[in-house]
Amino acid sequence: MSNITAGNTTGTRPDRTVELTSRRRFLDYLLGTSALATLAAIVYPIIRFMAPPHVVEAIQNSVVAAKLSELPPNSAKIFKFGSKPGLLIRTASGELKAFSAVCTHLECIVQYRPDTKQIWCACHNGQYNLNGENIGGPPPRPLAEYPVNKRGDDVVVNRA
Amino acid sequence: MTVDTLKSWLDERLSISSLGYAAQKKEVPLHRQSIWYYFGGMTLFLFVVQVVTGILLLLYYRPSSENAFESVQFIMTEVKFGWLIRSIHSWSANLMILTLFIHMFSVYFMRAYDRPREVTWVSGVVLLLLCICFGFSGYLLPWNEVSFFATKVGTEIAGVVPVVGKTMLRFLRGGDEVTGATLTRFFGFHVAVLPAMATVFITVHVLLVQLHGMHVPARYQQTHRRMKFFPNFFLRDLIGWLVAIGVLAALAAIFPWELGVKADPFVPAPAGIKPEWYFLFMFQTLKYIPAKILMFDGEVIGIMVFMLAAAVLFVIPFINRSPEQHPRRRLIFNVLGGIALLFMAVMTVIGYFA
Repeated sequence: MSNITAGNTTGTRPDRTVELTSRRRFLDYLLGTSALATLAAIVYPIIRFMAPPHVVEAIQNSVVAAKLSELPPNSAKIFKFGSKPGLLIRTASGELKAFSAVCTHLECIVQYRPDTKQIWCACHNGQYNLNGENIGGPPPRPLAEYPVNKRGDDVVVNRA
Repeated sequence: MTVDTLKSWLDERLSISSLGYAAQKKEVPLHRQSIWYYFGGMTLFLFVVQVVTGILLLLYYRPSSENAFESVQFIMTEVKFGWLIRSIHSWSANLMILTLFIHMFSVYFMRAYDRPREVTWVSGVVLLLLCICFGFSGYLLPWNEVSFFATKVGTEIAGVVPVVGKTMLRFLRGGDEVTGATLTRFFGFHVAVLPAMATVFITVHVLLVQLHGMHVPARYQQTHRRMKFFPNFFLRDLIGWLVAIGVLAALAAIFPWELGVKADPFVPAPAGIKPEWYFLFMFQTLKYIPAKILMFDGEVIGIMVFMLAAAVLFVIPFINRSPEQHPRRRLIFNVLGGIALLFMAVMTVIGYFA
C-alpha cells in the first residue's frame, strides 16, 4: 500500500490509487476463482467416485421357490426372489402361501414358527398371521403376499 | 460472536498463534542449489495424494483372490471416475518414488546429512525402504498376471537370503506359495502396517527438518540470502503441487493404468515380464551375475550385495564426518555416489529396453 500513497505525493494522477486498488481487486478475483475452480475439479470426481454405481439387475417375475416334496405341512422355507428373500409356507392344512420375508419394521428377515403357526421376526418380536397381517409387536404394515402356483412338483412364486 | 472473539477463544485453549509465530520464523535459504529444497515437500505431497486416492479405492476394492481382479475391473469400468482415481494412485506412486530418489541423491551430494542431521537422514532411509515396500505390496493387489509373477519372484528373492530366508518367504507369502493368503497379507501391509509406520517416520522426519532448519551447503554458507517460508516459499511449493496434480491428471487421462489379465497360478509367465521400473536395476543386475561365483550361488551374492548397499545407506552420515578437513574423502564420496547413480541409471535403461 505504501507505494500507492507515495504515488500520490509524487504528483501522479490522483485517480491512480483507485486504479491500483481496482487492479489488485481484479487480480484477487482471478486468483480466487482459479483456486475455487481447481478445488472443484478435485472435489467433483471424488464425490462422483464415492457414489456407488447402480448395479442393474434383471427383474425376476417368477421363481421356483421349492419342491413340494421337500416341504411337509406346517413348515416353511426361505427362497431367493431376485435380490430379496421370500418366505414360502406350507400351512398345517397343506395350503401354500408366499410372502416377502423382509419385516416391515426394520428389514430383518422373518421366519415361520410351527409352534405358534405365525410368522415371527426375531429382531423385535414382530408377529404376522398366515395372511401376512401384522398382529403384534412393532411392524407397521402387513408383509407383501405373492401368488403361488403348483407346476408338477415345483412350487412357483410370482411377483404380485 | 465475532470472528475475533472466536479466534481469541480458540487461541487461549489451543495456542494457535504460536504456530503462526513458528511459521513466521521459518526461512528458506536462497542459493544456486535451492531448487532441491522442493523435492522433499513434493514427495510428501504425492504421499498425501496416495493416502487420499488409496482411501477412495478402499471403498470398492475387495482383497481376495476370487474378487480382487474383478473389483479393480469394476472400479475401472463401472465406478464414476474410477479409472481416474486408480490411475492417479498408480502414477502418483511412481512419481513419488522418483521424487524420493531425487530428494535422496540431492541430500547425499550436498551432504545435508552432516551433523546434526544424521537422524533425519536415517529416518529418510527408513522412509525410502517403506515406500519400496508400499510399491511392492500394492503391485500385487490387482491380482493380475504380471503382479502375480512379480510377487513370486520378489518373495523368492527374499527366500534366497541365508539363514532367515526361508522363514521370511513363508511370512511374506502366508505359506509356501503365492496364493490368496499372500494377497490378504499384502493388503494388510499395504493399508495398515506400512501407513502406520510411514506416519510415524514422516512425523519424525518433518519435525527434525523444522528443528534443524534447512541445510545450507558449505559453499553458500557465507553468502546466502533467505526467503520467508510462509507465505513466499509455501506459495512456490503450492505451484509445484498444482503442476503435480496437472501432470497426474494428464498421465491418468492419456495413459490410464492397465489392468491386464487375471492371475492364474497354472499359466506360464508371459514373455517380456518385468518388475516396476524402480526394481529394474536390481532385476537387470541379477541377470548378469553368473550362476556360480566360486562356491556360492551367484544370485545369493548379488542379493547380499544389494542388502549391504542398503545397510551402507543407513550409516553414510556416520562414516563420512567432518567434511572441511577431508577434501579427499569428500571427493571419494561424491565419486561413489556418482557411480551408484550412473549404475542405477544405466541398468534401469538397459532393463527397460532389453
